[in-house]
Amino acid sequence: MATNDRLYYRHTLPIRVMHWINVFAFFLMLMSGLQIFNAHPALNWGKSSYNGKPPVLEISSSQGSDGKAIGTTTIFGHTFTTTGVLGVSDEDGSPTERGFPSWSTIPGPQWLAMARAWHFFFAWIFVLNGLFYVGYSIASRHLRRDLVPSATDARSIGRSLKDHLLFRHPKGEAAKQYNVLQKLTYLIVIFVLLPGIILMGWAMSPWLNSLWPGWIDILGGRQSARTPHFVFAFLLLAFVFVHVFEVVITGLWNNLRSMITGRYVLPPDDRHE
Amino acid sequence: MNDSSSRRRFLFRAVTLVGGVLLAGCDRLSRSAWFTRMLAVAESMNLAARSATANRISMAQEFTETDMSPSFRSNGTANPSSPDYQRLAAADFTDYRLEVGGQVQTPLSLSLADLRALPDRTQITRHDCVEGWSAIAKWHGARLSALLARAQPLPSAKYVVFHCADSLDDDGTLYYESIDMEDANHEQTILAYDLNDEKLPVKNGAPVRLRVERQLGYKMAKYVMRLELVDSLANVGGGNGGYWEDQGYEWYAGI
Repeated sequence: MATNDRLYYRHTLPIRVMHWINVFAFFLMLMSGLQIFNAHPALNWGKSSYNGKPPVLEISSSQGSDGKAIGTTTIFGHTFTTTGVLGVSDEDGSPTERGFPSWSTIPGPQWLAMARAWHFFFAWIFVLNGLFYVGYSIASRHLRRDLVPSATDARSIGRSLKDHLLFRHPKGEAAKQYNVLQKLTYLIVIFVLLPGIILMGWAMSPWLNSLWPGWIDILGGRQSARTPHFVFAFLLLAFVFVHVFEVVITGLWNNLRSMITGRYVLPPDDRHE
Repeated sequence: MNDSSSRRRFLFRAVTLVGGVLLAGCDRLSRSAWFTRMLAVAESMNLAARSATANRISMAQEFTETDMSPSFRSNGTANPSSPDYQRLAAADFTDYRLEVGGQVQTPLSLSLADLRALPDRTQITRHDCVEGWSAIAKWHGARLSALLARAQPLPSAKYVVFHCADSLDDDGTLYYESIDMEDANHEQTILAYDLNDEKLPVKNGAPVRLRVERQLGYKMAKYVMRLELVDSLANVGGGNGGYWEDQGYEWYAGI
């Protein structure tokens, strides 16, 4: 009986549809992006790649004394051996010199032209979907009601942090709302990381550079923009890992159902059961 | 072996298997005609977005000498191997003639001295390679708009095709590229004969290379020998308007 009482309509249809389009587009963008990165596996800081400064990150390969290829990754001048994953990895069973491994890229084999085709097609979907999401969230008051932290939220940051570390999750009525850390994380993703990664992507386009010559210098220059574009992609991936982890430990099926049918069963509040 | 480790192994295998199937699926899509046609919709949208925002008015960023890269990297062909080109280079390009033909009222045949006599432009710009690197250099050359004004394109002419002396293929296909009239008449579009205050070196496209500053490097044909004005790209190379375009790269390389 209790189950029906506790059934709560959590996500509206547009939110659910846009969420899954985003999941789909994000992974295709990430993996085609890694294939694009492989065409020049280095990140620089400055207006161009050749500015007299070494790259901040570089993935390369060399020949070992035994004749086998060694993959290396250099970050801020520190070099690490990353054979098997970065620099040198198996492609169709044989060690191949490439930045990211074939299991992480679209297409798998080296194919820059096709990766660009995937990346820019899904970029349009990603950006339009994001714009609809922000527009809908403002119009439907989803943003004000569910995402912007309240005064109570602001006071409960410490407690929320402790709850997360102890894997304690809200129950009963409290589970109807996002907790404050969740709200802040979503806001950072929606209003910092996603617009940021899009802007850094635009900054690499010679045509978009020309619309307002010099605007990319705000980001440190064209070659600089490529660096946060890459870093933001991995911050978003980190968000996805944490997000999926929280989804799993707070009730995989319940959470998954709420993002598919909209219905979420409130976890019983011990005090009333 | 305990339960949880075998479950972990099963889970790992399941994820690997599903992932592998999805990736193979993506690679099959990359080889299918309908899917790549769908992806190409993005290029049309980019082109439409360009037309809505930029066209002839917008200018590529220009830099100061302090921003210039220590040396301008050579990419693609570094020294065309054809005997004709080698002969021209040996004579310091004194016998070089840039042929301008196709849909024009006045076909031209210009020496380097003729090109240097045309209205010129100097610009310090950034070269963005499709691979992801960039370099800043000073270019000096003849304005393509001035050259076209001399040749008088017919109203039917929609594109300028650049035929080059270099080949990236074993079969000897010569490099070719094309741009539309908007870009051809853009203020920063030049046929560069100087790089960083010196004569354009062979490794960078001597005697003349194209600069189309609002697009990627592969549009900027090196070793330009002949300009052809056409109304359609259907008969140029494989029909996509350029050497790399025929390998699947976008014709509009503003992104």
